[in-house]
Amino acid sequence: MRNFFKIFITFSTLLALVIVVSACSDKEENSASKGSDEDNGVNIRINNDPDFLDPHMAQASITFQMILNIFDGLLVGDTDGSLQPALAEDYTISEDGLTYTFTLRDGVTFHNGDPLTVEDVQYSFERLMGVETGEALSSNFENVASLDAPDENTFIITLKEPNSAFLSYLTALHSAIIPKNNDGKHNEKPIGTGPFQFSNYSPENNMVLVKNENYWKEGLPYLDTVTFTFQPDDQTALLSLQAGEMDIVAVGSHRVPEVEKDFNIEYQDSNSVLLVGYNQLKEPFNDIRVRQAINYAVNKDDVIEAAFSGYATKLGSNMSPAAGEVHKEGLEDAYARDVEKAKQLLAEAGYKDGFSTTLSISSHAALYTNVAQVVVENLKEVGIDVEIEVVEWGVWLEKIYQGRDYDMTIIDFTGELSPYETIERYQSDASGNLFNFSNEEFDGLMKDVLTESNVDRQIEIYHRAQEILSEDAAAVYMADYQIIWALNPKLEGYKLYPYFFHDLSEVKWKK
Amino acid sequence: MRNLRTYGKNINLIIGGFILMMFFIMMVVSFFYTPYDVNSMDIANKLKPPSADHLLGTDEFGRDIFSRIMQGTQTAFFVGAVSVSIGMVFGTLIGGVAGYFGGWIDEIIMRVIDALMAFPGIILALMLVAVFGTGMINTSIALGLMAIPGIARIARSGFLQSKELEYVQAAKLMGLSQMKIMFKHILPNVASPLIVAASIAFAVAMLAEAGLSYLGLGVQPPDPSWGRMLKDSQSYLVSAPWYTYAPGAVITLMVLGLYMVSNAIRDIHDPR
Amino acid sequence: MAYFIRKLVLLLVTLVLVSLITFAVFQIIPGDPIRIMLGPEADEARIETLEKQLGLDKPLHEQYGKWISGVVTGDLGDSIRFSRPVSELIADRLPVTLSLALMSVAIVIIVSIPLGIYIARRHNTLGDVIFSSLTQVGMAVPSFWLGMLLMLYLGMTFSFFSISGYIPWSESITGALGSLLLPAITIAIPQIAISFRYIRNTIIEQLQLDYVRTIRSKGIGERFVIYKHVLRNAMIPILTVFGLIFAEVVAGTIIVEQVFGLPGFGSLLITSISYRDFPLVQGIVMYITIVVVVINFLIDILYAILDPRIRLG
Repeated sequence: MRNFFKIFITFSTLLALVIVVSACSDKEENSASKGSDEDNGVNIRINNDPDFLDPHMAQASITFQMILNIFDGLLVGDTDGSLQPALAEDYTISEDGLTYTFTLRDGVTFHNGDPLTVEDVQYSFERLMGVETGEALSSNFENVASLDAPDENTFIITLKEPNSAFLSYLTALHSAIIPKNNDGKHNEKPIGTGPFQFSNYSPENNMVLVKNENYWKEGLPYLDTVTFTFQPDDQTALLSLQAGEMDIVAVGSHRVPEVEKDFNIEYQDSNSVLLVGYNQLKEPFNDIRVRQAINYAVNKDDVIEAAFSGYATKLGSNMSPAAGEVHKEGLEDAYARDVEKAKQLLAEAGYKDGFSTTLSISSHAALYTNVAQVVVENLKEVGIDVEIEVVEWGVWLEKIYQGRDYDMTIIDFTGELSPYETIERYQSDASGNLFNFSNEEFDGLMKDVLTESNVDRQIEIYHRAQEILSEDAAAVYMADYQIIWALNPKLEGYKLYPYFFHDLSEVKWKK
Repeated sequence: MRNLRTYGKNINLIIGGFILMMFFIMMVVSFFYTPYDVNSMDIANKLKPPSADHLLGTDEFGRDIFSRIMQGTQTAFFVGAVSVSIGMVFGTLIGGVAGYFGGWIDEIIMRVIDALMAFPGIILALMLVAVFGTGMINTSIALGLMAIPGIARIARSGFLQSKELEYVQAAKLMGLSQMKIMFKHILPNVASPLIVAASIAFAVAMLAEAGLSYLGLGVQPPDPSWGRMLKDSQSYLVSAPWYTYAPGAVITLMVLGLYMVSNAIRDIHDPR
Repeated sequence: MAYFIRKLVLLLVTLVLVSLITFAVFQIIPGDPIRIMLGPEADEARIETLEKQLGLDKPLHEQYGKWISGVVTGDLGDSIRFSRPVSELIADRLPVTLSLALMSVAIVIIVSIPLGIYIARRHNTLGDVIFSSLTQVGMAVPSFWLGMLLMLYLGMTFSFFSISGYIPWSESITGALGSLLLPAITIAIPQIAISFRYIRNTIIEQLQLDYVRTIRSKGIGERFVIYKHVLRNAMIPILTVFGLIFAEVVAGTIIVEQVFGLPGFGSLLITSISYRDFPLVQGIVMYITIVVVVINFLIDILYAILDPRIRLG
């Protein structure tokens, strides 16, 4: 009996000893050994695993955030959103807007050492179009009439109809150039031409990239390794940052005070659109007065303060100021909060005593439940009684997004490089038009803009399109929230893009 | 020695009963009065520490935590009562049939119950929530279904033992209907282990609801649920620790009360 | 022998039933794995092509049939979410969850058995009352909250604990210990409460039995009584409760792994359910069930060895 007790005591003492000894050992020393500046690498926190590693199969923005370091396209989206040459050194577009001629860059090699050839470019586009299999991986190239490679350095794409948004499909986001001889292995062992090459992917753990010694931009990259660590939990990620185990972590807006002293903070407009949508084929949302009343009722400032601690930009239409000059200014206050006006509009529409409805949201991010609670309180004030229904992400996609079987919902759309892609879903027959929004003028404008070659005219058309969305109250456009990056203060060269991209090619440790 | 032991038993019952009674009173009061409207927001005053205005501080929307804790008793009792009722009714029925009739019926039922018990409870709950959806009623149904196998096992062994008793045999000889024998004569005999099982199932349901809420499933806003509050408070663990203590403490306290009462019942009905 | 064969057959029946239940659940729940992976902005053409390539356009019962015929040949299929063999994913996670579960069970045994015996000898004293109430509190705390608090108060204070994910044993033994100890304690605490109460009650019961009185009256030392006779007789019920505790520990790892961000079965299972990754869910559920069922099977057998009456009965 006493022996049992002895063992117990001994064990507890030992345990206590281990804890005390380790507690006394210097915390600094511990974290320094874990930090990655010594081996010239960075460790970046990513919320979730990639969907696919094959750039032609992947679609999630979280994936491209990482794999854009591996792949290049003919063009690349710059920090200001403009398109710059990448694997294509130069390009020309014919007068009729149908023929795109690209001159390929010389001396580019894939990570496996093979030189980039025009066959690889042709292969990449044919694979996306499903030329061989008959099963396309992308519908962006349905408009392509032919692909030609007249000589070793020239690649020609001919379209069936002019399309002013076509160039934006030519970045690695939509059409990464991958080597033909890696066919069938693009998802297991992706090979590209980017600054870093794929080394290892361990599901729900991390993905490791290593330096591409033969990168076509001279002298780049500086880092030897890049580790993307998948950590879905914000709390744990923040602790890892503070422990020096991670170098770049996106932190929640309410955590900023905890990190702003010790880390470099970068605020990135995510170019996303957070909105309250409603099903416009259903009563009462088919009535524009009801939609406008809801717009007047929702207090965007409350949403921004409650969900983002103020770190968000108020929106007025389906376009963020991060998109640049194509964004139509001044719409964000078109429906400044006005409870009386909302009530009056509801009364005119025949809903003097308000109505009851359901707001269906996905459970996969706390963002939606947070915003929903504010919206529900706001709508209660004008007499609209809203019940929140939370469903799994898979159910949301199937029932609400695809099935369009809902009353109201909240969703955020991540921004695209091309303004056309960003608002394309509002066309009456668009597959992503979960709002069942329909406006003839809008449909016409979206057709016109494709054939419009003059950039200024294009911008005018996009401005008008945004106005229509606002006038028709196609949704309640709330905010483009900022992603707040906390970076190890010894890092420099990190650039922010108007789309999801951790560009690590120019990142280095300060000496 | 004897005295201290009975005293110990009573202490469980007294303390446990007192805790549950307090929560029950809190629930009744919350129907008529809470210091603040549970859902009204005051975003300018979010995440304020406890003060005279807000006894337990405010949450991330500036809502009064004390009021939400009060109203949360409604959710707690609802989820507990509904899931326990479902578990008791179906568990007793299924277990009773298996134990009373025996033979191949028993064999089939027990195999399915074994399979369900081999599933870790939380996996079963996750799958059931995927089937039924989230929200207060669906969560209660899922947790109720989760309780069935355990209760069925207890009911089965009770019925199995009781059916051999002399008076049951006598009732059979008298030609009473099976139903009547099962529910009028055997059930009261099995009542005390079932009551113990029910109060434990209530406690388990509360913990499971908190677990599901932690995973983002479970009871959904704006219904104030302690589990949900606990989950939401996690983001503010460092900056607003008072937010996490209140719901954590009430869940622990209420589950503790349930365990104490169930232990007391067991000790009283099954004195060694 | 017939007893063991019967047990083995029942084990197989249980496994088949478990896989059928999982199949039935997937038959009912809405959600499409490719759509969930690619998100709302997904290209319809891409979704269609990928589903065809992965065989997801076929009805679920066909997919299940294919899965079953694979299992018979030892192939658990490929995960949809991770494009990797399910067996490989499970093997990757095994060290984490297994270490965590074993550590938790070890903590439970190390703490609850001596404590149970100690308190049983002093039962009805003030210490007994205090400890018994304390253990009830241990059972009542929601495990993830306990984990959060431990992380906040111990994890952030002592550098020994690594609170930002798992460190493999191969990398550093103290590191692995540091990353697993707090979650193991979190899982163990409610189980300590359960097994402590059980051991205490069993020993008290045994100490009141006639044979103990007889031995005592013969003047044999108290320590000898406890070791030789009481413990041996108490072993059978205690073993049963440890079978249950093991199942509870395995279940406990699922949520606690989430709290501590450990890459074990828990997170894999939750992801696979929410991503509707049918082969992966089936694989993990099968695996966890097998572990739990086999442990119970072994305990049954041990039971039968310790108490031959069971085999006959």
